Amino acid sequence: MLAAVENKPASVEAKPVLRVEGLKAYYQMNYFGVRREVRAVDDVSLTIKRNEIYGIAGESSSGKSSLIKTIAGAITPPLRVVEGSVKFDFGGKELDVYAQRPAMKAARWKHLSYVMQGSMNVLNPVRKVKHAFHDFAFKHMGLSEGEFRARVESHLQRIGLDPRVLESYPHQLSGGMRQRLTIGLATVCEPEFIIADEPTTALDVLVQQDVLALIKGVQQRMGSSIIFVTHDMTVHAAIADRIGIVYAGRLVEEGPTLDVFQRPQHPYTAHLIASLPRIGDTRKRVALGGKPPNLADPPSGCRFHPRCPLAVDKCKSENPPLLARNTGRVACWRAGEVEAA
Amino acid sequence: MSALLELEDVNKDYRVGGFLDRSTLHAVKHVSFTLDAEKPEIFTVVGESGSGKTTTARMILGNETPTSGTLRFMGKGIAQVRTRKERLDFMSRVQPIFQNPFEAFNPLTTLDYYLFSTARRFLGLKDKAAVDAATDKALQHVGLSLAEVRGRYSHELSGGQLQRIAVARALIPGPKLIVADEPVSMVDASLRMSIVNLFRELRDTLGVSIIYITHDLSTAYYISDRVIIMHKGDVVEAGRAEEVLGNPTHEYSRALRSAVLPPDPVVASAIIREKLRAI
Ligand SMILES: Nc1ncnc2c1ncn2[C@@H]1O[C@H](COP(=O)(O)OP(=O)(O)OP(=O)(O)O)[C@@H](O)[C@H]1O
Ligand code: SF4
Ligand SMILES: [Mg+2]
Repeated sequence: MLAAVENKPASVEAKPVLRVEGLKAYYQMNYFGVRREVRAVDDVSLTIKRNEIYGIAGESSSGKSSLIKTIAGAITPPLRVVEGSVKFDFGGKELDVYAQRPAMKAARWKHLSYVMQGSMNVLNPVRKVKHAFHDFAFKHMGLSEGEFRARVESHLQRIGLDPRVLESYPHQLSGGMRQRLTIGLATVCEPEFIIADEPTTALDVLVQQDVLALIKGVQQRMGSSIIFVTHDMTVHAAIADRIGIVYAGRLVEEGPTLDVFQRPQHPYTAHLIASLPRIGDTRKRVALGGKPPNLADPPSGCRFHPRCPLAVDKCKSENPPLLARNTGRVACWRAGEVEAA
Repeated sequence: MSALLELEDVNKDYRVGGFLDRSTLHAVKHVSFTLDAEKPEIFTVVGESGSGKTTTARMILGNETPTSGTLRFMGKGIAQVRTRKERLDFMSRVQPIFQNPFEAFNPLTTLDYYLFSTARRFLGLKDKAAVDAATDKALQHVGLSLAEVRGRYSHELSGGQLQRIAVARALIPGPKLIVADEPVSMVDASLRMSIVNLFRELRDTLGVSIIYITHDLSTAYYISDRVIIMHKGDVVEAGRAEEVLGNPTHEYSRALRSAVLPPDPVVASAIIREKLRAI
């Protein structure tokens, strides 16, 4: 009974609100005639359902930020989409991010909001906070100045902020308040889709749980979908419904949060979970051998093979496809043999 | 015992204009501790932002002078480090690693420049091959190489890659003490473990002591020898890591301890749902 209450309503199963297909986005640079290509997003396909929180995990420089930046339609050169598509479904209307640029612009903030890594940056240090709300949200809401101000104030109150913060400058606020404000900005238009990069990484421990509850609360109240990135696995444990694990620009595993933690199917995921520090435990964690892959010259075959304890010859030459397995998907030739350490 | 670092009743006040008030802020109050030169250790300062931990670090690095109290490094007052020569000598033994790798490096300067100039300045190297070798050696310690870093700018690398470069830079002069202010707050679990493991290794093989400043109790528990917990400028709890973090007694330390989410979806999501109900 309890479990049924905790689970998402059946509407989660409805049509996906985001479909990413075969997405490739590369940083293409030209240094004095020498071309360099960083394959930061390499053939990623995923779908996000309505009312779902999807977390993307992976090591530093695996391409997490590049992936959600591309999904948000917020890329600038040298990052370019090379192949594939990103399609949203907003109220039955399909929006193809890279085929319909102007429509995408209009959808920003109204249907979709994107909170960048180091997001405190959206707050201009020399302008009062109220201007940020005005700049981002006013024209999308079709309200009078007075109504708009009232709406913003009640929204701030709902997320636990004194409306007086509108009259202050960013530096006068604590990190936790600024993070709340950023979330306030991202949600004031009640978008159907929220994209957030490391939303809690810079936060103090004591406010982290509150901010996570805030994100979850806002999402539940508005019935929106969230895709967020963080390398902090405890954050995924706390709020994600499903997790996607990215390694070297590729999605290597995906599944319901509990299953990914308890029964990881990919050797990299198994390592990631086993390396998590826990208070009360000083057993030495072995860091992964080898180096993180260089995305300008990624390993052949399975990109994890130089560091993988299970690698066999086939792994060096053939890239394992991401296939459905158990409750999720996994890209590994030996997926069935992975045991959680 | 001969002391590597001694803090004696160190205080630091700031005048501030805050959001709702304007007053004197006692950023650091009566902080005292000693690191033993013969026993390299990982000494962890835990606290939230505003707890005084960064101010303490800045005073240890000689970037800030205390309002009262003394700090000594290898018997010599840090405030007495004055001449260029003394400063250089001090800095080659006490090296910082900062929190935000994006801010530590100027976006318009290639990263190897920082490494090369550190090698030239502190090791007195002139020969290009020797500078390259010293730089590559330090980069190898952190799982990188000069070949990968040469000619690249900070925006071309991820936060984690930058932080490893920052650690490598600090290693070049061959320091006795590294002051690392939130060095892993921007990196993922696996890399976080590899950086803290690296600290262990530096302690055990190079005999470097580390002042590890963090709000991450899990890694603090994992690597620290001793821990102090700071709250609003005060040290509220101090002792061996297992005791202070495993069994905190001060009200604030207990709050911190319970704010840590475990990497377990069943427990962590239940905590968040509980919070949600309370809102
Ligand atoms: N502007 C850029 N120009 C060239 N390469 C870039 C640029 N930005 C990122 N990269 C490269 O793309 C790759 C993926 O970087 P990305 O920022 O997406 O990683 P991430 O998973 O978000 O890492 P982190 O957890 O450290 O934030 C890295 O190899 C990085 O060096
Ligand atoms: S495909 Fe091979 S190298 Fe890749 S994760 Fe599986 S076993 Fe390891
Ligand atoms: Mg990122």
